[in-house]
Amino acid sequence: MFELDRHHEDFRRTVRDFAEREVAPHVAQWDRDSYFPTDLVPKMGDLGLFGLVVPEEFGGAGEHGDFTSLCVAIEELGRVDQSIGITLSAGVGLGINPILTYGSDEQKQRFLPDLVAGRALAGFGLTEPDAGSDAGATRTRAVRDGEEWVVNGAKAFITNSGTDITSVVTVTARTGENEDGSPQISAIMIPSGTPGFTAEAPYHKLGWHISDTHGLTFEDCRVPAENLLGEEGEGYKQFLKTLDDGRIAISALALGMTQAMLELATDYAKTRQAFGRPIGANQGVSFQVADLAVMVEASRQLTYRAAWLKDEMEAGRRGLKEVKQAASIAKLYTSEAAVTATRIATQIFGGNGFMEEYPVARFYRDAKILEIGEGTSEVQRMLIARNLGLPSA
Amino acid sequence: MNIVVCVKYVPDAQSDRTFNDSDKTTDRESVDGLLSELDEYAVEEALKLVEAGEGEVTVVTVGPDQAADAVKKALQMGADKAVHISDEAIHGSDAPATSLVLAEAIKKIGSPDLVLCGLASTDGTMSVVPAMLAERLGLPQVTQASELSVEGDAVKIRRDGDVASETIEASLPCLVSVTDQINEPRYPSFKGIMAAKKKPVETWTLADLGVDAGQVGLDNSWTKVLEFTKRPPREQGEIVKDEGDGGSKLAEFLASRKFI
Ligand SMILES: Cc1cc2nc3c(=O)[nH]c(=O)nc-3n(C[C@H](O)[C@H](O)[C@H](O)COP(=O)(O)OP(=O)(O)OC[C@H]3O[C@@H](n4cnc5c(N)ncnc54)[C@H](O)[C@@H]3O)c2cc1C
Repeated sequence: MFELDRHHEDFRRTVRDFAEREVAPHVAQWDRDSYFPTDLVPKMGDLGLFGLVVPEEFGGAGEHGDFTSLCVAIEELGRVDQSIGITLSAGVGLGINPILTYGSDEQKQRFLPDLVAGRALAGFGLTEPDAGSDAGATRTRAVRDGEEWVVNGAKAFITNSGTDITSVVTVTARTGENEDGSPQISAIMIPSGTPGFTAEAPYHKLGWHISDTHGLTFEDCRVPAENLLGEEGEGYKQFLKTLDDGRIAISALALGMTQAMLELATDYAKTRQAFGRPIGANQGVSFQVADLAVMVEASRQLTYRAAWLKDEMEAGRRGLKEVKQAASIAKLYTSEAAVTATRIATQIFGGNGFMEEYPVARFYRDAKILEIGEGTSEVQRMLIARNLGLPSA
Repeated sequence: MNIVVCVKYVPDAQSDRTFNDSDKTTDRESVDGLLSELDEYAVEEALKLVEAGEGEVTVVTVGPDQAADAVKKALQMGADKAVHISDEAIHGSDAPATSLVLAEAIKKIGSPDLVLCGLASTDGTMSVVPAMLAERLGLPQVTQASELSVEGDAVKIRRDGDVASETIEASLPCLVSVTDQINEPRYPSFKGIMAAKKKPVETWTLADLGVDAGQVGLDNSWTKVLEFTKRPPREQGEIVKDEGDGGSKLAEFLASRKFI
């Protein structure tokens, strides 16, 4: 079976220390101002957070690193602030991973060293205003014109796509039709600053205020032919694989949140007095805290088992199907548990829980997206059921 | 340049620190410990000096078994090797005894060009070990450095005082203690954590150093803690209601405490 190594726990201590000293004191203000802390990204790079699944030649941890370590880092950042956690999760899973997996040597050399060091961020644009869960419905088009691709279309809700240090956004686009009439989808890298590529004004979001999210538009945006990422027409398959990893990372993020709710609620239930006793002396409260502890434990097991399976798969010891199922199960449970956990914690905090002075309020707002991003809960149930052999619509 | 950094394993200031009832020494069992934050500055400064030139950083600690955690963190930050002096007889040692053990350990390690210490330990907070250690090693000492540079055979430090900042020079080899103003200690990186697993840590006893147990430990301490009383918990604050005169009420309160 799986368990975390000693070095994972040492690494957890470092990231926790970092999160508590470099992130925690500022998050309330950053959240209020919807401010993306660009300066924090290279510091995260110095810790090695962006390179945990990257070979040494690009500045990564090489054979020492693994996906489990990345989950530890996301969990610990997420325990302090979810936006910073998703910045890492998306930076690696959506930014670095596709380039690492499908990029040519030249593309890797060009982009990865800066991304791994935290000097740059990359985004991955799949979702469109009219294509989300049904991502195959992509309308964005790329037409070959001599030695260039000409891209037209729009993307919606793209993380890390418009920061001061965003170097490139990989987008999926139709590049032709298959024989059966279905669209051929390819992935194309669009460097920031390319004429015709605009990151629109940031969204006003319910939560994740610190995370950078933009709609993107492409108007006759021309990039060199060699900016195609991977094989022409393989874009759909490529992003499906990208999302599997992302799901486990989102589980780690959700786990960090539920862990934070457990800690905050336990503390508050012990100290807040009502009717002459701590509120935690009432079973109505203490049982809810007990439920939080169960959610943390279950989330932890599901997340790190899925991460372990993925590491085992990379080593050739496990199959993709098993990892996909574990990833969907973990993502579904942990994200729904996190939403429940924030509701419980906020309730335990009473009126204070509704006040932005208390971090539970921020977590409450940040929770909902976990059930939506990287495949909604419904999509996860769909995938789990399909994997069980149930017929699909 | 070869540098030895003295580091201490201390109870985590975030936790509920206390003393042992039996012998009135610091309780190191019931609370988590860590590398004294003030020593991280000394480690960082050593790493910067070596990275800018060449040489080796050796960290040394005197402490119980768990103190291995403190040297581990220094190794994860980038130090090359570590020495941990652990011996039952050392329990309860005062500053003179600790400095004796450290001095003998540093002699055994070799003749470093520079010995670095933190400003003070975050548990004992006496700040005297660096001076005692320099004396025992016969080295020049410059303490409380908020800036440090090495030029040829000398170190130059800035020492900030209440009325002036002094720039002081000392010839190498020497001992310097540094403040928390000198740098920004790094966090151990993932690579650093993995690399530390393979770095050498030697564990020595008093016998390895030729130090007699009769020179150290609680019984041979020059001073004794006779008694300790827990600080009373903080009292509930006073709430001033603003009925138009909130400002003057606050001023009255501050004046009554002689703040204004
Ligand atoms: C803050 C934020 C950051 C994001 N970052 C990125 C990013 O970096 N890159 C990126 O590509 N995307 C990103 N997304 C997009 C996200 O992945 C999508 O919003 C998500 O996949 C859902 O797609 P949709 O919004 O189009 O919803 P829809 O697909 O329109 O779904 C609406 C509802 O219908 C349900 N539904 C749809 N189909 C079915 C079905 N067959 N059976 C049952 N129920 C169904 C869904 O579960 C959902 O409840 C981000 C979104 C947000 C909010």
